[in-house]
Amino acid sequence: MFAFLIRRALVSIPVLIASTLLTFIMVKLSGDPLQYLKLRNPPVPRHTILLEEHRLGLDRPWLSQYWHWITNVLLHGNFGQAIDATVNIRTELSSALLVTARLVILSVIISVILAVVTGVYSAVKQYSVTDYTTTFAGFLFLSMPVFWFAILLKQGGIWYNEHVSRGTFFTIGEKSVFLTDNSFWSRMSDYAGHLVLPTIVLSLAGYAGWTRFTRASMLEVLNSDYVRLARSKGLKPRQVLIRHALRTALIPLTTVTALDIAALLGGAIVTERVFQWHGMGNMFLTAVQNIDANVMLAWLLVTATIVILFNLFADILYGVLDPRIRHA
Amino acid sequence: MPDVNINAPIAAQQAGSTEPPEPRVPRVEREFTVVEKSQWQQAGRRFVRHRIAMVSSVVFIVLLLFAFVGPYFWQFPYNKFSNNLSDLNAGPSLRHPFGTDNLGYDGLAVVMRGTQQSLKIALSIALLAVVVGSIWGVVSGYFLGFVDSVLMRFADLVLTIPALALAAALAHNTTGSWWVIALVLGGLSTPYVARVVRGTVLSLREREFIEASRALGASNTRIMFRHLIPNALAVIIVNATLLVAAGILSETALSYLGFGVRAPDTSLGLLISVAQGAVDTRPWLFYFPGIFIILIALTVNFIGDGLRDALDPRQTRQRR
Repeated sequence: MFAFLIRRALVSIPVLIASTLLTFIMVKLSGDPLQYLKLRNPPVPRHTILLEEHRLGLDRPWLSQYWHWITNVLLHGNFGQAIDATVNIRTELSSALLVTARLVILSVIISVILAVVTGVYSAVKQYSVTDYTTTFAGFLFLSMPVFWFAILLKQGGIWYNEHVSRGTFFTIGEKSVFLTDNSFWSRMSDYAGHLVLPTIVLSLAGYAGWTRFTRASMLEVLNSDYVRLARSKGLKPRQVLIRHALRTALIPLTTVTALDIAALLGGAIVTERVFQWHGMGNMFLTAVQNIDANVMLAWLLVTATIVILFNLFADILYGVLDPRIRHA
Repeated sequence: MPDVNINAPIAAQQAGSTEPPEPRVPRVEREFTVVEKSQWQQAGRRFVRHRIAMVSSVVFIVLLLFAFVGPYFWQFPYNKFSNNLSDLNAGPSLRHPFGTDNLGYDGLAVVMRGTQQSLKIALSIALLAVVVGSIWGVVSGYFLGFVDSVLMRFADLVLTIPALALAAALAHNTTGSWWVIALVLGGLSTPYVARVVRGTVLSLREREFIEASRALGASNTRIMFRHLIPNALAVIIVNATLLVAAGILSETALSYLGFGVRAPDTSLGLLISVAQGAVDTRPWLFYFPGIFIILIALTVNFIGDGLRDALDPRQTRQRR
């Protein structure tokens, strides 16, 4: 088991390194970071451009730039300079990460619980009205653009605030700009209030695929021989369901959930844009707009690391849950 | 089910000529006669009986006509605004069924154009990803070893980064024309197809018919493209439909963020992005494009579901 863990962890290191090279090439292809200076009218002195090029390291050849960047990141934790010289990429990134992590983690937890409950229920009551309803709802959420639903919910919140009771829903930002009472608890409840609507949006985005998966996986297990045996032994239906069927059915869900993390982060970008959060999404989109190469690179590196860590975690969890993998 | 007599064609032939010809098929005495049906005919029958999938197919065809033929029959073009002051911010009416926006563009014409662009992009994404991804997957799964490692690690790489983020970075500096968006998003969806096809090929390549064709001296190319891909076609087709649905969602999201299709052209995502402040005041500008995205994605998802049931009956426990 331990050897399996080590082997699996070692494999992900070259993947991560290759991923940095790939993102580096992509970011270089995405444009010239100094475009904004070069296109300025009246023209900026050539000397200024050369100085900026030197500050951002753009005067070296590509490969040397990459080497310089990757060694700085790995050895010193330094992500390089942003276009705005006053910005420290690492502090910006860590505060943005904290904001987005709140949203994503909460959404994953809620949507997994919701998906398992409804998925199992509709598998047990196959072809019932509830089954058809949840299946259709799953299809609907699968087909609904995240941003459209987010705008709808946001406007619904605004409507409620205006017509029913003032200040129920927070529709803008991840926290209040000004809090009268700055104690720990009031800050936490402020965070929680701002989380409500975006979390609903992002949970439903993940929920759709996972509930369908749970249902399919549960149906397969429920029709298997060992569950029939457990039933014919005279075990209580509840025991068969939870102890025998559910445990097996949920194993593949761990992998699916972990693999969907990248897509969910994409959904978070859109959700954050609608609710005007200052998280990872906002940071990346601003960086893309400004062709802020080092910010993009830092962002992509951090996201790729998170996704790879999740995949690693899923593989390990799979090994723990499913003995066939462990001993293979 | 009324079964057709297998000997009926022969009987018809005999009736046509005075001289009874030699029966080519030896006459088999059977209590129940059955008509021979190919695998694809069977799948087609199963699909036709899948009620939701059939309804969805019809709706999808109507949507295609709406997007590609509709503009020729509608009086207002998508890129000309009205000079009539009463046509500004007008609600749905007989003249403008989907209302107008603040510049006097006709809502129906704009939604038609948006649907057309979004569908064009989504279909191209699926086509590109399926063609390239299938070749990628079959090469990887057939040769295994070093080739497989390199190709699949590369697929893993692309999948570690949120596709939306990569697409935004890549599409930002382009002109934003529809085929660039399709190229970027299609390229990023290719590894998914490659993975799925590889999985199928891995099990197919061990089967006897592949061994037999190898024994007969078939080349690698022939085995891959004449034997492996046709046998993986069911999986490929189902994934293609699911890619269309995913494609339309990612295209609209990209356009919503401002990195996809740009003005003066339009797409459903761009329309929603423009209308997001007008949900309360001019709801027609917000709801119609959204409903069309949902309609397209929903029908395509249902078609994909029906195709999966039709092409892979082992997955459904119900006999159809």
